[in-house]
Amino acid sequence: MPNITLDEVDVVVVGLGWAGSLMAIELAKEGLKVRALERGPDRTSEDFAYPKPADQYAYAIRDKVFATPREAALTVRYKREETALPTRKWGAFAPGTGVGGSGLHWTGVLIRPTPTDLKLKTYADHAYKRGTLDPDMRIKDFPFTWDEIEPHYDFFDKVCGLSGKTGNLRGQVQPGGDPFEGPRSSPYPLPALHDTLNCSMFADVARRQGYHPFPNPSANVSQAWTNPYGAQIAPCNYCGYCSKYACLNYSKASPQTTILDVLKRMPNFDYKVNANVIRVDLHADRKTARGVTYIDEHQREVFQPAKIVVLSSFQFANVRLMLLSGIGKPYDPVTEQGTIGRNYAFLSNGNATLFFKDKHFNPFATAGATGEMINDISPGNFDGPKLGFIGGAKIHSSQSSGAPIGAALPPGTPSWGKGWKEGMIDWYGRSMTIGITTTCMSYRGHYLDLDPNYKDPWGMPLLRMTFDWRENELKLQRYLREIVLGLAKDLKPDAMSENFLALDSHWDITKYVSTHNVGGAIMGSSPRDSALNRYLQSWDVHNVFVPGGNAFPQNFQANPTATIGAITLFAAEAIKKQYLKKPGPLVQA
Amino acid sequence: MKRLTTLRAIAALCLAAVSLAHAAPDAALVQRGESLARMGDCVACHSVPGKAPYAGGVPIDSGHGIIYSSNITPDRQHGIGAYTLQQFSDAVRKGVRADGTNLYPAMPYPNYAKVSDADIQALYAYFLAGVAPSPAQPPATNMQFPFNMRWGMGLWNAVFVDQQPFRPQPGWSAQVTRGAYLVEGLGHCGSCHTPRGLAMNEKAGGSADARFLAGGELVGWPVPSLRGMAHWSEQDVVDYLQTGRNRTAAVAGEMNQVVTHSTTHVADADVQAIAAYLKALPPAAQRSAEVKPQGAAATTRKLTAATNLTLGERLYLDNCAACHFVTGGGATRIFPQLDGATVVNADSPAGLIHVVLAGAKTPSTAKAPSVLAMPAFGARLSDAEVAELATFLRQAWGNGAAAVSAREVEKVRARLAAH
Repeated sequence: MPNITLDEVDVVVVGLGWAGSLMAIELAKEGLKVRALERGPDRTSEDFAYPKPADQYAYAIRDKVFATPREAALTVRYKREETALPTRKWGAFAPGTGVGGSGLHWTGVLIRPTPTDLKLKTYADHAYKRGTLDPDMRIKDFPFTWDEIEPHYDFFDKVCGLSGKTGNLRGQVQPGGDPFEGPRSSPYPLPALHDTLNCSMFADVARRQGYHPFPNPSANVSQAWTNPYGAQIAPCNYCGYCSKYACLNYSKASPQTTILDVLKRMPNFDYKVNANVIRVDLHADRKTARGVTYIDEHQREVFQPAKIVVLSSFQFANVRLMLLSGIGKPYDPVTEQGTIGRNYAFLSNGNATLFFKDKHFNPFATAGATGEMINDISPGNFDGPKLGFIGGAKIHSSQSSGAPIGAALPPGTPSWGKGWKEGMIDWYGRSMTIGITTTCMSYRGHYLDLDPNYKDPWGMPLLRMTFDWRENELKLQRYLREIVLGLAKDLKPDAMSENFLALDSHWDITKYVSTHNVGGAIMGSSPRDSALNRYLQSWDVHNVFVPGGNAFPQNFQANPTATIGAITLFAAEAIKKQYLKKPGPLVQA
Repeated sequence: MKRLTTLRAIAALCLAAVSLAHAAPDAALVQRGESLARMGDCVACHSVPGKAPYAGGVPIDSGHGIIYSSNITPDRQHGIGAYTLQQFSDAVRKGVRADGTNLYPAMPYPNYAKVSDADIQALYAYFLAGVAPSPAQPPATNMQFPFNMRWGMGLWNAVFVDQQPFRPQPGWSAQVTRGAYLVEGLGHCGSCHTPRGLAMNEKAGGSADARFLAGGELVGWPVPSLRGMAHWSEQDVVDYLQTGRNRTAAVAGEMNQVVTHSTTHVADADVQAIAAYLKALPPAAQRSAEVKPQGAAATTRKLTAATNLTLGERLYLDNCAACHFVTGGGATRIFPQLDGATVVNADSPAGLIHVVLAGAKTPSTAKAPSVLAMPAFGARLSDAEVAELATFLRQAWGNGAAAVSAREVEKVRARLAAH
């Protein structure tokens, strides 16, 4: 295999999704020579010019813009006594690939966790009697304060043109917003999207029952927006092709719409596509990296020397690259020694679907983030400690798409043939859902490591995921079910179906939940039990930074993108202001 | 390949070499020359993308043969490195090469005749000291008879070229005067925006004539009048030139290249001067609408109700309304407004048809980096459908222009296919 060595760069960015694009533009603006390596193909606006993305079969069923299992499969098992098997088809989650990454096909819900969510360990220690929570639970605080991270949330909100209603402006609770949100330094950049019938029905019933509904915070923007980088986002036209699609209208914040056109103009930035990074190469002392090696589109091995390595691929790809490169010590769930792979967490969802004979919900006229939600059932804001579990959920009525395949039909409707056709005629567009998106704690036995049996096409071991539901999460589901059904019944539907986990449920990898996989290379305050410091810098190899969902020590009920953006910007600032002046560990262990 | 109307059927720079040694000019002068070269958009015709800047070789289809632009780098053999200031000045302002032969007026020397001596000096300094020499030799220009007789251009020059220097009009402010100087001269805006006579001469060479910048036609594209710019504010003009987009419009057609290569690089004060000057020009007489507009409210209501639609209305909803909306209002600085748009209401529908068939894309500029593309609908809509759609657009909201036939669409489609 021929060896090619490229010209050295200041920064190599592995993966050009949200985290990679933010890192690249922030560091390129500093004058550094930045090169991004993207595993998948380029994706430009020509690829998703109207009407190409309006194709449910290609995008949502056949996963047009996702990584293929061949390039990104992992193996999965419930517990460490089992042999893990590879994912041959995406189910519960579906990572992206190509320029823009998952940031291209996300739905566009851009919501922050609460200050309590970020200090969950402190809250648990304070609110829960010792011994009431699962002894294997390994939750942690995020290693920064609200005031430190808020300016970065604020900036990322502006990058994305966040549309919605302000709930807490500098400590003052605002009418119509989320009263539980942390104080924000500036209001939402743009007003909320127009609501739909399900939104107003849900908001009314939630308010009647004493909850505090507010519009889903949306990065499908409500009005024309020019962001701080000068990039323009167009007003959403409510076509409903968002989640799993590239936006055909420049209306969904993505690396393409918010960063890349600016970045591509910079002479000190370039990027290579179909460049599959297989390892970070370390110097002999293993304290610093000297670059990365990738396989190019002609299957040649290429070495890219770099002074700083940013691993900004998808959560589990980042963890795998650290394991393959020998950065940090692999986690052992028995001894709890080692840091790479620990604190893996996912999330659960559930919903009730409400059917109304006499209502038209017009689901085909919607934005991906269209909906109303309540945040009342989040840690610290309800009676969690008395109920014997920790966590919470966004409870929401979202209407993300009216695409026909898989449209909801009342219980008992045949799933094919004449009966199905009649059901579609009678019921398409006559239902709404009330759903939950939950927290997920981290546990001693939920982790990622390298699989001993299965290898990728280049002979390297796949990542192995060990994960299942725990009692805490299932009790939370049962509690949330009662609340959802209480809201649903109050709306008096003609028929209803429900989908929640039972107390004996196992994790089902075949049904889509959300691609909100977190942890595995977490940020923390000690190299003993975290892979990265507060600036996403590897404790072990100080010129490697690893922004992404991998850094979350557990999953909060908020969608992850806002926090991925904020922690990436926090890290970029530390690199610019501290690391460049004095390369070395930014936090003393 | 660039394409020109017959006018420009007549032109090129192929400069031979006689020589004099030059002292190194000062850096400030070179830099001023560089920004003047941007204003003059020399790069558009003299640089092949991906090759050495200003090394020429850009093919310009005159309609009577291909003119290849010349190498204007300071290479002494193949470029203009051996030119004296006087020879440079004569080439730029009179269209005469160092060897005494005539250039074709694809080189806009009739406009550049207005450039001041001081600016010529700065340009000369830039091209001699600020540009890297390239030994590239462009292909020979190959014009058909009788246009291959370069001496003929001398007669054309005598009849049509106003060799007078720039003259400010009485009453102009300093800013308007500056704008006029740039527009009449280096900007050579008139070469597209002033109507052409039978010999492809510009019918007016300067601001004093009401035909100057009154609009015309270029390769089938209706070129709008720039006089007075009734629908745009000064800031709209500035935004358009600097970013290829403004409150209501986005650049399309040949002007896209002008924004990309020239106006986006021009200093703020100069762009503002150009805007002030254009706004100060007395507008051309308004022609009355050919058809009675439906009225904005009526069209919006009809499209919103979406019942009993005409084919044109239905096609608009299916293909256009997502971005331009039922109001025809588009989105500020992103999606052009169609209600009242010049290209929609032009006498000739060719520009509108072109955009529908081929799409358009904003250039990425320093002040507006986002590339916003309208898809091409040529593969999706038939000639008859485009005609129905264009007819609807030209009579919707406050628009009032004539219907479009499938034959007109067919012609534009054929022209697009030929490129």
